[in-house]
This record gives sequence, structure tokens and C-alpha cells, in this order.
Amino acid sequence: MIKSEEQEILPGSSRRDFLKKSIALSAIAVIPAAIETSAKTRSDEKFAYQFEQLPLRLEINGKMHNLKVDPRLTLLDLLREELHLTGTKKGCDHGQCGACTVHVNGNRINSCLTFAVMQSGNKITTIEGLANGEELHPMQKAFIKHDGFQCGYCTPGQIMSAVACVNEGHTQNDEQIQEFMSGNLCRCGAYNGIVNAIKEVAK
Amino acid sequence: MKPFTFSRPADIKSAQQLYKKNEASQFIAGGTNLLDLMKKEITMPANLVDINSLSLKEITTGDAGIFIGSLALNSVVAAHPDIIKNYPLVAKALLAGASAQIRNMATIGGNILQRTRCPYFYDVALPCNKRKPGAGCGALEGFNRTSAIFGASENCVAVHPSDLCIALAALDAKVFVQTDGKESIIPFKDFHRLPGNTPDKDNNLIKGSLVTKIYIPKNNFNIHSHYLKIRDRSSYAFALVSVAAGLHIERGVIRSAVIAAGGVAHKPWRLYETEKFLTGKTASAEIFKKAAVIAIKDARPLEYNKFKTTMLEKGLQLALKNAMA
Repeated sequence: MIKSEEQEILPGSSRRDFLKKSIALSAIAVIPAAIETSAKTRSDEKFAYQFEQLPLRLEINGKMHNLKVDPRLTLLDLLREELHLTGTKKGCDHGQCGACTVHVNGNRINSCLTFAVMQSGNKITTIEGLANGEELHPMQKAFIKHDGFQCGYCTPGQIMSAVACVNEGHTQNDEQIQEFMSGNLCRCGAYNGIVNAIKEVAK
Repeated sequence: MKPFTFSRPADIKSAQQLYKKNEASQFIAGGTNLLDLMKKEITMPANLVDINSLSLKEITTGDAGIFIGSLALNSVVAAHPDIIKNYPLVAKALLAGASAQIRNMATIGGNILQRTRCPYFYDVALPCNKRKPGAGCGALEGFNRTSAIFGASENCVAVHPSDLCIALAALDAKVFVQTDGKESIIPFKDFHRLPGNTPDKDNNLIKGSLVTKIYIPKNNFNIHSHYLKIRDRSSYAFALVSVAAGLHIERGVIRSAVIAAGGVAHKPWRLYETEKFLTGKTASAEIFKKAAVIAIKDARPLEYNKFKTTMLEKGLQLALKNAMA
């Protein structure tokens, strides 16, 4: 896929790089050399201990990954921090907001509430894997058409959840959509647009 | 998060052997509660045994009842045809809990073992006897809006958060447990504990034991049952008060009744006296009102949760009315 190739050549946006560099630099002032290295290699949480790294094989957006991970790494942190698939968002990190929603073997889950090592052998789909090349997924198009977002932070989770909601058949009426989308919070309050987008795709 | 060793055994025997390797071991299945507790360092296992490869997902239906494997997902059980047809109270309670995402992760075994959502348990800066025995109970004299109105002690006023458990308590489910190759069966009413002097113990499960399945006996409450959940928002919140009610009606007369309340005690709260009062009576709004008065007779609310008593009194009537519909 073109997108993942682009990501490998240009890792992350400049804003993210700037943040990482400044975090690493501020760490240098007070923390020993070993930690400085781990900050630079983006393994911020690992410096305090010598960890057992566990092998992990899983498929993400159709691509097989053979990895070695700290058992404490959540699936969300694996996606964002290790694989730089930053479309999946970290909101509350406690399963209360739904911003981290991804599909595992076709079912929606909160990626913040599972350890990556527990997902061995599974097929993960993130928001990056939804579009068909440059052609957006119908749910992505519907969110744009119906103004299903304002700031956009919850949107990847909303869309992943919405796609699953339609696949599950929980779209009989507004009330059912609202009930089965209640695990995704939108602080901008774009709920009406989200429900309308789901209704259109469910038709 | 504290570091831990991780393993994923293929059978119960190896799982229990791996568990014994460390004093601070913990089984993990869905992880929807445990990850929260580990991130907040309320639970700090040094050894995590992932039981998701064990063959405990099966749901077996029979004439006498239904067996639900402890690793069956909440979403799968809620959508199971036999559950919907013969045990609708279970499906209703499951769908009233959590979100679609969490129900796709959370297991039945994990559901009954989930820990309280008392804010004093979750905030490590505040005292809590359940989290740290001897530390004191912050909720007793504190902001106890969500606390228990039945069966609490001076050591703990926390409530059990599960919806499913309220339905399982009403339907006299049984918990199948495996300990070192031996199977034992615990009636649901004896599975969870009241806090007493040991609020750190939520249930009577022996350390290292595994819940393998839940059994629900066939019953006559499938026609007239209701799970009513009252909470701070209309979806995705823990119950302030909930009521699981099942009535067996013949020609307008209540042959038998089962009622359990949630959000009101440290364990699912069966209302046996109310059930007894209803038995043999003709179902009516007036009878339900009298039954509700009996239900709240023993309530001992704290400073900020007095509303729960009224909520249970009204909620019970509504649940019974809806069960009749």
C-alpha cells in the first residue's frame, strides 16, 4: 500500500518529531545517559528495567508484522508509538471514550484495554486500513457529508465503531444507533451528524 | 505500570501451574477491568497468566439449563438464541452494561470477578480498606453517593458493579470452579461476599482457582422478566440502582417471583422477603407498591445516598410493571 511506504520514508509529521526531540532534550538535562538513549529511541517507558521482550506476530491492515514487545505495551501504544499508526487516538486510556477503537478479527474493541501480546495471531484493522487506496470507505465519506465531527480527535474511533455498528446490524433506528455507539464520546457534540452518517451507510 | 512476566498456557493444568510460580500472579482474560487496575497500580501482578487459549468459550444448552463457558464473551452470550429465548433477563442485563467495544472483549468469568467502581477504591491517594486493608474507608464519612444501602460494614460501603450478576443472582445460577484438578460448584448467592471485616475479599473463590463455567437452571421467568437500570446518563454508566425481576404468572396470579437489586450492596442483593410476599398474589400496581415497601425495609443509607432507597422503591415497581408488559 502506498500509504505505508510513505510512512516508512517520512516517519510521522514534523510536529510529532518536534515534540519527541524536545522531550528527549529536556530529559538530557536531568537524567543519566541510558535514559537519554531510550528517550531518543522512543522507548520512554522501558528505561527503568531490563525487560523480557516477547515475540509477537500479528496482521495489521493486511500487513504481517513480526515484532518483539514489552508485555506491558497496550495494543494502542504498539500501534501509535512503535508502528507510528497514529490514526488511532489515545483519549482516556481507560476504555471510557472509544477514541482508540480498532477492529480485531472484524470485531470492534478498545485497543487501550488489551496488551499487544494478547493479540498474537489476530488481524487488526485501524482507521489507516479502512480506505481502499485513495478511495475513502463509505463511512468516511458519510462522516464528511454529514458533518460527523468538529475537532476530529474522536473521529477515527467513531468511524471504526460506526463501521462495526453497521456490520453488527445495530442500526434499526436512531435509538439503537445511539445505544450501540455509546462507547464513543464526542466532546464537540457531533452526535447528530454521526447518527445521520451511520443511517446513510446502513441503508 | 509495574513489570510482569507473561505466559499463555493452552490448558487449565498448565495455567494453574504457571499461576503458582509467583505469589503475585493474576489470570487475565478480557482484561477490561484488570488493565485499568494495573495502569493505576491498584493491582500489581508480577506474573500474568493469559487464559484466552483455554477451551472455556463453549455455550451448551440443555433441557435442564444452560452452561456458559467462563471465556464466552459478553456480546456473544447476549446474542445467543437460547439466552434470548429462555433467559432474556441475562441478555437484557448484559446489554445494559458497558459499551459494544467492551462487551466484545469482556468475558462472563471476568464479569463476575470485576472489582468495585467505588471512587475511593480507584483513587490511590484516598483511604480504602478494599485496596489496602487497615487504611480505613474514605467513603463511609465521605462522598458516598454511589455507596451501598444494604449489608455494608464500617470497613467498606462499596457496591458490586456488575449488571449480569444481578440477573444471575435472580436466576439462581451456579458457578463452576476448578481448583487443582478438582471441580466445585458454588451457588451464586454464596459466590460474592459482604464486606464485614475483610472487604479486600470480593468473593469466596480460593486463590489460584479458575471459574470454568456458569450454569443457569431452566426457569419459568422467560415470559415475564425485566432488567431495569437507573444511572447518571442513559447509556454506558454503572448503575445507581438496578432491578432484575422475573415473574411466573398463571391466570394473573404470581406463582413465583425472583428479584435482585444492583448498585445497592457489596454483592447482588436478592430480595427474598419481597419475593415471598408476591407469591400467590394477583399481579397489580397496588401489590407491587406494597412489595416495594418490603424491599426497602432494611435499607441503611449514608449521608449522600439516601436517594437510592426511594430509587429502589420506585424502580422495583417499574421493573415489575415492565415484566408484566
